[in-house]
Amino acid sequence: MSTGMSASTDGRSDGQSHGTSDDANVVLGAPEIGRALTRIAHEILERNKGGSDVVLLGIPTRGLPLARRLAARLVAVEAGLEVDGLVGSLDVTMYRDDLAHHPTRTIGATDIPGSGIDDKVVVLVDDVLFSGRTIRAALDAISDLGRPRAVQLAALVDRGHRELPIRADFVGKNLPTALYERVRVLLDETDGRDAVLIEGGAR
Amino acid sequence: MRHLLSTADLDVAEAVRILDTAGQMAATQAREIKKLPTLRGRTVVNLFFEDSTRTRISFETAAKRLSADVINFSAKGSSVSKGESLKDTALTLQAMGADAVVIRHHASGAPHTLAHGGWTTGSVVNAGDGTHQHPTQALLDAYTLRRHLVGDGGRADVSGRDLTGLRVAIVGDVLHSRVARSNVQLLHTLGAEVTLVAPPTLVPVGVEAWPARVSYHLDEAIADDKPDAIMMLRVQRERMSSAGGGFFPSPLEYTRGYGLDARRLASLPEHAIVLHPGPMNRGLEISADAADSSRAVIVEQVANGVAVRMAVLYLLLAGGDAPTSSQPGTTNETKVDA
Amino acid sequence: MSTRYLLLDVAPLGGEATDVLLADGVIAVIGEDAQAQAGDDATVLDCHGLVLLPGLVDLHTHLREPGREDAETIRSGTRAAALGGFTAVHAMANTTPTQDTAGVVEQVWRLGREAGWVDVHPVGAVTVGLEGERLAELGAMAESQAQVRVFSDDGKCVHDPVVMRRALEYVKAFDGVVAQHAQEPRLTEGAQMHEGVVSAELGLAGWPAVAEEAIIARDVLLAEHVGSRLHVCHLSTAGSVEIIRWAKSRGIDVTAEVTPHHLILTDELARGYDPVYKVNPPLRTQRDVEAVRAGLEDGTIDIVATDHAPHTREDKDCEWAAAAFGMTGLETALSVVQETMVDTGRMTWADVARVLSTAPARIGRVSDHGRPIAVGEPANLVLVDPAARRTVEPEQQATKSVNSPFRGRDLSGCVIATFLRGRATVLDGSPCDESVVVSR
Repeated sequence: MSTGMSASTDGRSDGQSHGTSDDANVVLGAPEIGRALTRIAHEILERNKGGSDVVLLGIPTRGLPLARRLAARLVAVEAGLEVDGLVGSLDVTMYRDDLAHHPTRTIGATDIPGSGIDDKVVVLVDDVLFSGRTIRAALDAISDLGRPRAVQLAALVDRGHRELPIRADFVGKNLPTALYERVRVLLDETDGRDAVLIEGGAR
Repeated sequence: MRHLLSTADLDVAEAVRILDTAGQMAATQAREIKKLPTLRGRTVVNLFFEDSTRTRISFETAAKRLSADVINFSAKGSSVSKGESLKDTALTLQAMGADAVVIRHHASGAPHTLAHGGWTTGSVVNAGDGTHQHPTQALLDAYTLRRHLVGDGGRADVSGRDLTGLRVAIVGDVLHSRVARSNVQLLHTLGAEVTLVAPPTLVPVGVEAWPARVSYHLDEAIADDKPDAIMMLRVQRERMSSAGGGFFPSPLEYTRGYGLDARRLASLPEHAIVLHPGPMNRGLEISADAADSSRAVIVEQVANGVAVRMAVLYLLLAGGDAPTSSQPGTTNETKVDA
Repeated sequence: MSTRYLLLDVAPLGGEATDVLLADGVIAVIGEDAQAQAGDDATVLDCHGLVLLPGLVDLHTHLREPGREDAETIRSGTRAAALGGFTAVHAMANTTPTQDTAGVVEQVWRLGREAGWVDVHPVGAVTVGLEGERLAELGAMAESQAQVRVFSDDGKCVHDPVVMRRALEYVKAFDGVVAQHAQEPRLTEGAQMHEGVVSAELGLAGWPAVAEEAIIARDVLLAEHVGSRLHVCHLSTAGSVEIIRWAKSRGIDVTAEVTPHHLILTDELARGYDPVYKVNPPLRTQRDVEAVRAGLEDGTIDIVATDHAPHTREDKDCEWAAAAFGMTGLETALSVVQETMVDTGRMTWADVARVLSTAPARIGRVSDHGRPIAVGEPANLVLVDPAARRTVEPEQQATKSVNSPFRGRDLSGCVIATFLRGRATVLDGSPCDESVVVSR
């Protein structure tokens, strides 16, 4: 029973090594990730006519640091905002529809900023958008927490292959992939460096 | 974790994981909407061969908050007092498709027999068996201790922490107490130091193998150990009668020697808390002063019981076996263990 | 027609190999002449590597009939006994109705004769209904066809010291013996297993060693006082061995038995709450196991008796507290004794003959069993292959019940043949055809 953090993958969660393998292709580096987040931050402000009603909810593990980085950028652009009031964490584990198909998952923390989410614009933040099932779970989780005016979605990478009618409002990079490939997002806060990798292409 | 039968089966990582999960469950219970969809479609059977409204309600609440279907099966009564009926009852529950059986039984080891008798494929949760174990009680006690005594008195995040260095005195009828047995093993696993305090008649032969000190004098134990927490066990009045075993001469003498009253409460360290698994015998093992004091966390134990039982049900029932061949569409985009 | 058996190259009591001829129900010839006198119609058995022992005598068997024929019958239990190498068993009195009258003991005795697998010697109850209050008609049972000499309330203790004293005195008139199940009742109310480290952890009510030892101590003193002989059933603790040793050193006429399971199993087995290990007296600690082995080795303990206690599945397939006490043992006893005492070098096969045949026959006053292997003696014999190993499968045993604590266990030794008055009840390790057995 592992309780530590390990890298987010879009592949099987079978606990195998998450070290960078030789066949991994770096598709985004630190500078590109930084630029993508800056662009998304501006798009959020533009779409919502400022950041005063915005709450960024990061989905653990890597959605949370991404949400913090976005918040830092919003604060830098718009006066009167502060990071703590903008960012929260939304754990969706208990709302997932695939719990029975995996070893028991450890439940993460859900932290909503003090002002709550009622009548706010909630921007969900995740690292990779794939089937859309995590986002479906997140929407259910949000509805148990309050009633936002609107919910939007920001993802660093959209790799396609949706299984639900869900799309992102803000995307860092559209990354066409094959189903057998694995997309991994590494972040400084959790993994010691920033990178987006595609693995398994050589198979 | 397939069953929860005894705290002796838990290692420190598993125990801490249950407490951490209980912490997340407790957080959800502070919300307006307390119900979670997590165990939708799962069936939890409360199989009670012994009356315990409190424990049954606690498990029932926990299961319902996680959206499991709950079936209460009260098997108390003469028609099912023989052992054969445990097997038949188990087979019935298996036929009903129980994913988990929460069992309370007057016979020590009955949950073990249920789990290993080949009668049911569901998970078995021991909700108290004879004088053996009551693991969720010990877990909720540990959760309560951690919340109050680890970190910054309940304000700091204590997840991942064990109970290293805490001193806990468990006072009363250790001999007949499944709560004591469960707590001694769990608290030891979590790094706490346990002192058992009881008249010698209420300490089991063989206690020397337990990871705990034994004292026959409550005042001495308080003075010497300066416990961070004191856990008062329920003492049944009938134990004093000859038919009940004649374990002590009179309730009055018991109370004088081992009851927690205002004087003893005052002699505890200032930060120390008072626990009791309930139901209390006010005036016997605990005075009203002590039970109602601000140091008593007895009511909070009840609330924590729901969170801990939610955590146990979640950890036993939510996960499945890892898929052997993964369909990319359904298993991708998972957070490994976020 | 009486069958003659020629045993070639067999080792009586594990000694030097020789040939033995069984004819007309007795040992006819031992030695070189056996082949010559066998004649053409003798069944010849190549017994190279086999040990010949006097037929085993069990002083402590529960055959359950009358009353619990669903667990065992006299027929099934005695067939199991023959397969275990026994030629005589003592059937304990706790049947329904209780074996406390001449009528019931004669019925058991007769059913044993009709079955024909072994000689069945009924044990008479000491007190009416095993209630411990009023002496049963011990004299009538002694004078009945069953010729009862062993009296026991086994399963219950004759706890009242006055009743015990009277029983000890009364049986002197017909050279009987009281076999005491030593268990102080007040100290063992609700008891489930040995009281100690394991019971403390498992939360099972303890059966303290002192509850056995206190009764044994009292009884040896009573026996000394009234000048009677006493037999102590299934002694299980180190302290009991000490008391018996002390009593014998004082010249008290006491004998003691140990069961095979107390020679090898400990209370640690209770940890899985599998009631197959629930037995009375309970399995004790490793220290006690060592003590009873030492006691058997030095003669403090006189005999091994099985306390074969068959129970139906429903009496064992349940939670521990609801389960019945007892385990089967007739078909594994000799193997356990070999494994614990012979294979370890603590006893010879002659010692085995003593503790499983000669001494129990003497205690039970059974005159035609437990005899020397000598010409002219009744041919009550067992052939053992000490080199064989076998896996215990309760479903394959002859006893009706499957509550063997040795399920799946590899045990040493195997009974190859059993002879009752020259007639084979077991050959090649299998029971002989029932019609042959019963013909007399």
